Amino acid sequence: MTDIDTTAGKYLRDKYAIIGVGETTYTRGSGMTTRSLGTWAIKNAMDDAGIPASEIDGMMSYAGNDSTASPMLAGDLGIRLNFYMDVQGGGSSSEALIGLAIGAIEAGMCETVVVFRSMNGYSQVRIGGTGARASVPVGGDALHAAAYGWFSAGQNFSPTFMRHMYDYGTTPEQVAMVKVIHSEHASNNPKAYYKQRVTVEDVVNSRMICKPLHLLDCCVETDNATALIVTSVDKAYDYRNTPARILGVAGRVCKPRIDMHFQHGPISTVAGHYIKDIIYRNAGVGPEDIQCTGAYDAFTFTSMLQLEDYGFCKKGEGGDYVSSGIMRLGGERPNNTSGGHLCEGYTHGMNMIIENVRQLRGEVDCYCPQDDNGKRIHSYNYAPPEEGGGCRQVPNLEITQNLGWAMPGTGSSLIMRKG
Amino acid sequence: MPQGEYLGMTLTVLDLDQENLAYFQHCADHDFHLQQCADPDCGLIRYPPGTACPWCSQREFNWVPVDARGEVHSYGEVHHAIQPAFRERAPYMILLVELDTQSGVPTEHEALRVAGNLVDADGNFATPDLVKQVGIGSRMRMVFADVAEGLALPHWTLDEDAEQPDAPWRYPQEVNGV
Repeated sequence: MTDIDTTAGKYLRDKYAIIGVGETTYTRGSGMTTRSLGTWAIKNAMDDAGIPASEIDGMMSYAGNDSTASPMLAGDLGIRLNFYMDVQGGGSSSEALIGLAIGAIEAGMCETVVVFRSMNGYSQVRIGGTGARASVPVGGDALHAAAYGWFSAGQNFSPTFMRHMYDYGTTPEQVAMVKVIHSEHASNNPKAYYKQRVTVEDVVNSRMICKPLHLLDCCVETDNATALIVTSVDKAYDYRNTPARILGVAGRVCKPRIDMHFQHGPISTVAGHYIKDIIYRNAGVGPEDIQCTGAYDAFTFTSMLQLEDYGFCKKGEGGDYVSSGIMRLGGERPNNTSGGHLCEGYTHGMNMIIENVRQLRGEVDCYCPQDDNGKRIHSYNYAPPEEGGGCRQVPNLEITQNLGWAMPGTGSSLIMRKG
Repeated sequence: MPQGEYLGMTLTVLDLDQENLAYFQHCADHDFHLQQCADPDCGLIRYPPGTACPWCSQREFNWVPVDARGEVHSYGEVHHAIQPAFRERAPYMILLVELDTQSGVPTEHEALRVAGNLVDADGNFATPDLVKQVGIGSRMRMVFADVAEGLALPHWTLDEDAEQPDAPWRYPQEVNGV
């Protein structure tokens, strides 16, 4: 890894931290508005950090469908804002907004920023695209895609996934292991929407949605809000938990021809190919230093493609990587220890950052018992709870990376270290 | 404003959307055209329609006829349709066909990859038997589905005049015989 002169101040490596995280129950049919969900998640993050409303003065969020605006939530919670911005975006916005929050603080616009995502992704605007979204008129640029029934995320990404199988001989059974492993992790996560462990056979025998995607290759649709709090390191230690320090961020990095990236191949290569040159430079570490990943799993294939293009294995060997057991709890570099989008819940990447923050604290909320002070006594037994396991804490964890996915051509990344 | 019903969907092109108006008018004429950069040092053809040249940022362009034949570069095969319009058509194929024109130009992995559904020679959505015959490497030619005055959609059918691969690459698992 080529290092850089961090004294230049430009890279802000290790100067900011996440001090609090919170979420609502991952559910279907929340029975409340995204405004109500959002306040719960932010309040939970504030309680987690032990930070009062008076010490938060920035707020950011993103939405590509249903959400709620920062001013409503700030008003509800008694937060007076010096800065807020609600942007359009879906997957991979979480990491990018953390970078922008750092920028806002660095520019002197505010001091401590809440980033949130609130969505009724099942009961209001379904993430999979079914319901009202699927029946709208098709016009203009969409005539080159939606008019062909090339519309939902799975449909859009399928030529990239298929071409990877063609180019490199990747098999359905290899890719299915992403779901298998994430389901093992989810079984040890009391919060996960799907806690049932599944097998490769379960995945490849599940209903075909859009080749090469079976039902179990696709993420769950849930209703939930998620929030995290970013501040500078000089303040970060004033609060309740050990901060997760931010080593580097890359935000919404794109492949060429992002208008329709299939024009610029190889189409089996994704944005991680470009992101890796930014994120590892900014963080001053390389893939070999990362002990736990959060590779966005909108689909089984998205985790695999990203891990491959970031350099966790050689190009084309993603199928081997994800089926080798490396990504399993107890393996060399576990991925999505919460169960991720495939099993825990769908939040456009926020839950994977929250998970890694808790992992870095050594305080993952698994089935292990807590002592009198609420500190988790981890067994590091990753068997299911009914077999005496139930743990999902990664031991001796120092550095994690989140690999955020928007689409094959766009992504973001975040590297954190233990505070 | 070109507007019409297609498979139960409303398709429209706005009057101010000059690039898409011209693109779909050529399709309605069953005469495939794409934009060619007017810069003499560039001259590259682009897809999908856009407002400037992706290689040199030149805003000026000309519509030029393009031979609408090529090879399947990749595909998706939808078994569970999301849009109501497509429920009766599933399983249907979304094809990305790499045109022979400008393949590998200006760099090795660049090409004009034009989307469309797999249809038969008469433009009807492919039956499961036909779907089974098409995969990566299949040679295709364009056919048009007329939607309204000034609006037709390009689709793809097997090119009867081309030499087809013995076995185009297809996803290894069959579902419902496809």
